[in-house]
This record gives sequence, structure tokens and C-alpha cells, in this order.
Amino acid sequence: MRSAGAGLRAPSIRKALLTGLGALVAFFFMAPYIQMLITALTPSKELYTVPAQYLPSHLEFFNFVSVWEKAPLWGYLRSSLIISVFATLLVLLVAMPAAYYTARYRYRGRLLFLLLVLITQMFAPTALVIGIYREFVTIGDTFPPAGINTYLSLILVNAAFNLAFSTWIMVAYFSTIPVELEEAASIDGASRLGVLRRITLPLALPGIITATIFTFIAAWNEFVVALTLAQSPDIHPLTVGVTTFIGQYRVEWQYLFTSSLIAIVPVVILFIVIEKWLVGGLTAGSIK
Amino acid sequence: MTETTRPTGPALDPGGLEPRRRPRLPDLGPLPWIGPALLLIFGVVLWPAFEMLRTSFLDISMSGLAKGFTGLDNYQRLFADPDLPGIMIRTLVWVVVVVGVTILVSLGLAALLNAAFPGRRLVRWALIVPWAASVVMTATVWRWMLDGFYGIVNRMLYDLGILATPVNDWLGDPGSAFYWLMFVAIFVSLPFTTYVLLAGLQSIPQDIYEAARVDGASGWRSYQSITLPLLRPALLVAAIINMINVFNQFPIIWAMTKGGPGSLTDTTTTHMYKLAFQLADVGQSAAMAVVNFAVILLFVLLYLRIVDWRRA
Repeated sequence: MRSAGAGLRAPSIRKALLTGLGALVAFFFMAPYIQMLITALTPSKELYTVPAQYLPSHLEFFNFVSVWEKAPLWGYLRSSLIISVFATLLVLLVAMPAAYYTARYRYRGRLLFLLLVLITQMFAPTALVIGIYREFVTIGDTFPPAGINTYLSLILVNAAFNLAFSTWIMVAYFSTIPVELEEAASIDGASRLGVLRRITLPLALPGIITATIFTFIAAWNEFVVALTLAQSPDIHPLTVGVTTFIGQYRVEWQYLFTSSLIAIVPVVILFIVIEKWLVGGLTAGSIK
Repeated sequence: MTETTRPTGPALDPGGLEPRRRPRLPDLGPLPWIGPALLLIFGVVLWPAFEMLRTSFLDISMSGLAKGFTGLDNYQRLFADPDLPGIMIRTLVWVVVVVGVTILVSLGLAALLNAAFPGRRLVRWALIVPWAASVVMTATVWRWMLDGFYGIVNRMLYDLGILATPVNDWLGDPGSAFYWLMFVAIFVSLPFTTYVLLAGLQSIPQDIYEAARVDGASGWRSYQSITLPLLRPALLVAAIINMINVFNQFPIIWAMTKGGPGSLTDTTTTHMYKLAFQLADVGQSAAMAVVNFAVILLFVLLYLRIVDWRRA
């Protein structure tokens, strides 16, 4: 956008160029998922042609129906939901009070707590998977409901490893709410809980929603811990479950990708919901 | 630190919130608020870390029973493995190339998404897809697209005249497999890094650019002397988080090559997993994990030193 003299043409050419570039970028990032959809709609006898065809002779929408009989997809979906929903609830339950208190009070050990949260963020479950496995074997010896191969173990691990990001981002959001607002409400006779419910939480809502959706998606997509801790197929989440379509000699690609799309589409929509807070949230959460 | 749980400072004093006339609960300080978080961090993050360190000094049987301490035996066996130097070098290449290319491309993408043009929102949404989608599933579709016989990539390269035949086993050949693994790792790393840099770009006040324009600087010149320096904090965060993620990347390699053929596309992370869950050598695997930890810490510290983080 040049100043006077450049006329009307220059900005519109620039816009057209940017739009063209944008379309290329969008296509690049969508390409594998478009291929996923095409393969998911390909009749099984057309999958193995040399060279590969860009599009099948007709679209086999029935794949999306028959996939439910080819694998215990409902079971995988249920496991993914149980693990992600409860891990998210646990994170909120644990992170919200900690974040609120840390944002509002200067208590002894506050910096230590923030440092601990930061360090946790550096610990990836993949790096600790041997330790996690051995810990839950040990726990299972004395308390089987939380041992390996249980939902509880997966919920705990997913919650623990997403706690850091959620706490961090919520501390940032709670800190931006002026204390004067809370004070004013309490002078007007609101109870402590009333203030939290009517003033603080609504104002921190973007942070809370971002933390919620982030945790949900991270738990929904988690792979390595589920691969290690969930040994029986009936508690396999989708990420591990869909790999059962990969056989020793033959892969049922069409079903693999119908189930992958069933797993991917809902979380992409969820992610787009928080997109507008994402840019601000990332700054608040990590840069400051 | 002599601070107590009592709120201090006028701006942070919510003292007015306390209903003073009501009987107070015994003051437990911050514990009821941060206790559950501490419990989860200590119980599920730090315990496994400690357990892993301990296991690396234990003699563990094939069935998982500890048969006592063996000192540095696990580490000695780990480093005696003739495959390890190759795996280590590959891991170094993996982290440097993937993080480096990701950051460079993300700078361009963030600049594009920060500019105003019709359809920008749709491009942002497209960029979100690989971020939201499961990495295992994304890696699996790339594996299918790169299939030696039936893959669409071969067909495209054949149609473009780049390949002489439409058959080429990209992932079966260790020479090309590792490049494609790095490509997919970059593909899934770009969205997050781009968004962090975009957040950084949007926090730069526009009037700085106005002032620069008055002084006659625009385009590349203002990008170099205004945007890049002000983007330093965002770049720092993006690079470090990226390094940790890329170093620990498991699903891409697992879904596309399982580290094969042989161990020729293994990084130290997949090597660690194979040691424990395929070769049942838990002690040596824990030693590998501890070494990994030290290496990633070294990576991050070295990076902070190179970029002189205090200036950021």
C-alpha cells in the first residue's frame, strides 16, 4: 500500500498476487487431507493401480457406512471421548484454582510453582514413556483400577502433561482482569463465589476456552502413551485403533482414511472456533 | 523471599473481597488452590522422570523385574552399540534441518498471513488443519501418498517428467526415506510456528512502520531493521518449543518407516522406544532416554547461547 501517486492499480495487483499465493499455501496444507478424502471414497478394487489414479471412476460413499463393521470404530470413538473429556475436565478442575490464585496473590513459592509449570512443559510424554509405563505397572500392582491398560491411567497422563499450558495461559488471562472490578462487585454485595462466577470467569473465558480446546485436542490426538499403556483393543483410542487397518501384508487404506477423517473433522472445527483467540493466546501464554 | 500468603501491593490486594464478619476457615495458604496441580505434576510427570533415571541404573529382566543396581552397565551397553553413532548423527541432522527450515518458511508464511488480502481467513483455516489433525494420521496419509507403486506422489512426478517410471520406493530406500520423514516433520511443525510468529508480528505497533516510512525505510529494509529485531522473543519461543517437539517426534517415523529399513531412519527417540518395547531391554532404553534428556537440554542451552537470549 504505497502512498499517493501509485494509483489504484498497484494495490489491486498486489492483492491478486497475495491471494494467488494464499491459495497455493492453502492447497499445500490441505493436499494430504484431500487425498485422504479421495482415498476414503475410492472403491477397494481401484486402490491398487499402477500408476495411481488422481480420481476413482466413481465415488464409493458406502465406505463410510461399511467402515463401522470393519473395525470396532464405536469402541475407539468411545475410548477417545472418555479419555479426552475426563482429561480436559481434570485439567480445568486443577488448573483454574491454581492459575487464579497465582495470578492474584504473591504467595511464598509462587515463582517456584511457575518454574515447575514451565519445566513440566519441557517434559514430553514421549521422552518419559518408559518411566510412565513402569510407574503405572507399579501402581497397578497395588491399585489395579489405575494400572496400565485402564482409562484412568490414560486420563491422568493426558491431564498431567497438558496442565502446564493450561495453567500458563489462564494465569495470563486472570492477570489481565483488574482487581478493582472484583472489589466493586463485592462492595455491591456479591459473595466471593458470586464475584468469581459473574465477573472473573466470564472475563477470562477466552483463556479458559482456549485451554479447554487445546487440552481436548491434545488428548484426542495423543498416540505414544496410548500405544504403550492401552494394550487391550477395547480401550484403544482412535489414534491407536486406526492403525489396525495396517496389516502385515495389506493395508485397507480406504477404511483407514474414512476412520481418520471421522477423527480429524471434529477437532479441526473445534480448532477453528478458537482461532481468533489463538494469536492473542499464544502471545499471552508463551511470549510474555 | 519473605512474602507470605497475604496479598500485597495495592493493585493486587483483593482484601476487600474477604467477608470479614463471617468466621474464617483455617488459613491453609495456597495449598488448597495449587495443591491438586502439584499432586498431578509430582505424581504423573516428575515420578516417571525419577523412575526413568533410577531404571537406567537397574538391571531389569526381560519380564520387567528389577534384579538390583548395575551401576553404569546400561550406559556402557548403549554406547557399545555400533548403530548408535549413526542414530545420533541422524538425530542431530533431524533437529537442525527440521527446526531450521520450519522457522525460515514460517517467517514467510506469517508475513503472508499478516498481510490483508481477500480469502486470508480461509488460508489461516487451511493452515490449522495439520495442526489440529492427529500426527499419526497425517503421517499415515503421507506414507500412502509416497507408496512405491500406488502413491500419488509418484504419479505426479511421473506426469511432470521428473521421474522416468511411475514406480519409486521412496520410503523403502534409506537415502530418500529420511528426507521425506524430515519433509513431513516440517509439514506438521509449520502451523504452530507460523502462528507464534504471527502473534509476534501482530504485537508490533503499526506506527513504528509509519515512522520508518517517513525516514525513507520500507520493504526489505524495514523488515530487516524493525520486524526481525522485534520478532526476536517470538522467534525464541517458536524455536525452543519446536526443538523440543521435533527432538521427541515419534509418530511420524513410527507410522512411515518404523525407523527402517533396519535402523537407518531411527532417531534416538524411536531407538529408545524399540529398545524397551521390541527388544525388551528396559534398562538400556531408560539409559537412552536419560541421554536424550541431556542432549535436548544441551540443544536448548546451546541455542540460547548462540542467539544471546538476554538481548531478546
